[in-house]
Amino acid sequence: MAHFKKKQAGSKQEIPTSAMPDVVFMLLFFFMVTTVLREVTLKVRVNLTDAENIEKIEQKRLLSYVYIGPERLPGNRLGEDKVQIDDAIVEDIGGIRTLMYDKLREQPKLIVSLRVDESSEFGLLTDVQEELKKASTFRINYSTRREVN
Amino acid sequence: MLIKKRKREDADINGSSMADIAFLLLIFFLVTTTINVDTGIGLVLPPPLEEDQEPPPIKERNLMNILVNAQGRILMDEEPYQLDEVKPRLIEFIKNPNNEADLAENPELAIVSIKTQRATPYRIYVDMLDEVMGAYKDLRDEASRTNYGVPYGALREESPQQQQVKDMYPKKISIAEPDES
Repeated sequence: MAHFKKKQAGSKQEIPTSAMPDVVFMLLFFFMVTTVLREVTLKVRVNLTDAENIEKIEQKRLLSYVYIGPERLPGNRLGEDKVQIDDAIVEDIGGIRTLMYDKLREQPKLIVSLRVDESSEFGLLTDVQEELKKASTFRINYSTRREVN
Repeated sequence: MLIKKRKREDADINGSSMADIAFLLLIFFLVTTTINVDTGIGLVLPPPLEEDQEPPPIKERNLMNILVNAQGRILMDEEPYQLDEVKPRLIEFIKNPNNEADLAENPELAIVSIKTQRATPYRIYVDMLDEVMGAYKDLRDEASRTNYGVPYGALREESPQQQQVKDMYPKKISIAEPDES
């Protein structure tokens, strides 16, 4: 019987790895640029509600968040509805005006994203909205998730 | 003078671990990154009324009053409606295809006013607002399809076509001051 010897390919079968660091660095820079490191520690519970007719906000730099929801108390209890801006709970609703006005001066195209807990009452929200009107920050966005049917 | 040429050692940095370092950083940023796009219902608030300023006059027929109470019951111009009936009713009100006397004169003048109670849960309010937004989205889609053959979302941002559709059906939504009780 004739014995067939398997023909070997002439070239070496090696993937050149010299460009791997470049590839990895490229990915690294991508993720470094897209990462937002500063996350706010939430002092209020915010369970967002769902809606169908929503829009995406592409320019995250314009956003400023206002959180409204029941306060998180030690021991997994929930307190009354409170407003949180940046890292602190705002006790005095009237103080929102100056806070938001300063933010508007820094970013004239400011969009205020209202992240409100689904069970919060409308009354507090409307007080906050009145303050936003007085601070001339008119562009707002009710943050919701996309409703899945 | 004779300078003795000494053969220098090559000052090479060993680069073989660079990929490892880069990988480590890459994995760190991969883990910390959250690529979530913010989504939500956009609104533009009206400027506050001056003390002595009267609200501008609006014809009754151009105004659709929607009342939502804390239990989620809906009144539209004094008549009770279910949540899924709101959208067709709004579209009828805004377009007014049969030119009825108690519906909006034309879409540009139509104003939708949402009024709730202070105790209304946010979820119910957003559901209501969602329906209103949905009615306007359907109307704009329809206008865009008949004029340009594409849905409204396919029109380029800030193009004259988009502006025209926007002008046909301007979103005039008023969020009224809620009742105390």
